[in-house]
Amino acid sequence: MKIKAKVYVLGDNIDTDQIIPAQYLNLVPTIKSEYDKLGSYAMAGLPETAIPFVDSATGKSPYGIMIAGRNFGCGSSREHAPVALGAAGCKAVIAESYARIFFRNSVATGEVYPFETPVSLVSEFKTGDEAELDVGSGTLMRLSDGKVFPLKSLGAVAPVVEAGGMFGYARKVGMIKS
Amino acid sequence: MKMTITEKILARAAGLDCVKPGDNIWVNVDVLLTHDVCGPGTIGIFHREFGKDAKVFSKEGVVIIPDHYIFTADEKAHRNVDILREFVKAQGLPYFYEPGTPSYCGVCHLGLPQHGHVRPGEVIIGTDSHTCSHGALGAFSTGVGNTDAGFVMGTGKMLVKVPETIRFVLNGRKPDYISAKDMILRIIGDIGVDGAMYCAMEFTGDAVRDLSIDERITICNMAVEAGAKNGIIPPDEKTFEYVRSRTDKAFVPVYGDDGAPVMKEYVYDVSEFVPCVAKPHIPSNYAAARDCSDVVIDRAYIGSCTGGKLDDMIMAASVLAGRKVKAETLIVPATMEIADAMKTVKIGGKSLVDIFEAAGCAPIPPPSCAACLGGPVDTFGRTHGSEVVISTTNRNFIGRMGSKNAPIYLASPLTAAASAVTGRITDPRDI
Repeated sequence: MKIKAKVYVLGDNIDTDQIIPAQYLNLVPTIKSEYDKLGSYAMAGLPETAIPFVDSATGKSPYGIMIAGRNFGCGSSREHAPVALGAAGCKAVIAESYARIFFRNSVATGEVYPFETPVSLVSEFKTGDEAELDVGSGTLMRLSDGKVFPLKSLGAVAPVVEAGGMFGYARKVGMIKS
Repeated sequence: MKMTITEKILARAAGLDCVKPGDNIWVNVDVLLTHDVCGPGTIGIFHREFGKDAKVFSKEGVVIIPDHYIFTADEKAHRNVDILREFVKAQGLPYFYEPGTPSYCGVCHLGLPQHGHVRPGEVIIGTDSHTCSHGALGAFSTGVGNTDAGFVMGTGKMLVKVPETIRFVLNGRKPDYISAKDMILRIIGDIGVDGAMYCAMEFTGDAVRDLSIDERITICNMAVEAGAKNGIIPPDEKTFEYVRSRTDKAFVPVYGDDGAPVMKEYVYDVSEFVPCVAKPHIPSNYAAARDCSDVVIDRAYIGSCTGGKLDDMIMAASVLAGRKVKAETLIVPATMEIADAMKTVKIGGKSLVDIFEAAGCAPIPPPSCAACLGGPVDTFGRTHGSEVVISTTNRNFIGRMGSKNAPIYLASPLTAAASAVTGRITDPRDI
């Protein structure tokens, strides 16, 4: 599968309070209208000087791919974080490394692909650049000049990602009945 | 093969003789903890995946402690507690610490051990990153999201990657101006917020054995601030005494093997530690309190799962006794048990509550997570402007306590109280 989208670029240690501030945790992700509402607040905790991630007119993000540095998603266990990104229309995060609960929540929910990179790509892109993610081959192409950046293999979680999340995987391996 | 305490607990929970770091194993979960912020979503996933008539894996194994958004007019927050109440009734769950009733206990990470749900050697999964707190009693305990929790709720099982262990050996005699918060802030300052990423942080040594259970919880609580999967302290007589006073349920403690290999070992002498803070906006931004004495504060906040325990209150009161605060000072006990004890525990003949009142602290609100994580706009102690806060909580990210413009300095209760007295960041030795 290939995902062609505009990228949104961030630095290191982006915490879950920046991804979805705690005041919106009264919204329940499994209620459809509140799932959509969470998307409209994605990245609302970034400093006020940041480029808006979500278009306030539509409640959706024009950025389908997030590029970040180290320790993306540190802090809280709130699953509202990958849910907010997914609900806003973001398909993948490409970071140098992840905080483990955010990574696990991304895999378990299937809301966003959490790819790691061997080296930081933060300086290779700027917000608004177009890129194409090839999920199958694990590469990211910068469309302005066609330069291809390799991503790390998903490793042990690849089967869970392929199954669409934790429940799909557990059914596949017979841990729960279909 | 020799195994660490974390590996041995996971091996036993998986029914395996031996596990090693990197193994992906299915473990049996003893306790699933959830609260008002993540419980409704977990229940939503549980029913979506297992059906509307599904039953939880164990009635005694699911513990629900609403604590985040309790004292607020926010309608959705109330709706969320209603969802929990209906679920508890439908499932017949015995352990629901319901707001507005005598069973309400306050912050889940203190309520869980105080009500006997944490036992050495067991596996605890919670929908909150600070679930790592419970390793202080020799359990494997970690935080997950709603989807994993919904899975545990239905099956009692969880897929776990066995973490590498990083061991922190804390030796020496702790000076009385140092608390567990100074120890863990020092460690996080040294290794960074991703220094223990995906790892188990194991804390041992004389200085750890000397700590009270409250202080051990402070250390394990903040393991996640270094990116760890779990924090853990080997159980001892102090652990057993605490647990046995709170539950009759039998437990079999687990100890690591002598000489079990670890990824890395750090050795500290705590007698050399100094009172410290984590400066904005990240918990690894370590500085000695004395190096920040030019920072004027607007508010001191003493509360939360890591800084609102009885020992934290005793430390704060020991500084505030006979003194007046210069900065606004908010005291938020974590649980009802702590709030009650603050009325009876005395220093110099005066109760902690009386000491705080005489010092000019704000009236003490009922226990909850309160402003630790900001929350709804009417949350007690939430920041709304550019208040400079010194806080005994565990995170100081931008906007963590509400306002993006309010910088947060993390500190021990001794340092927070000393700073409240002078109105600027103050080493407790300097008042």
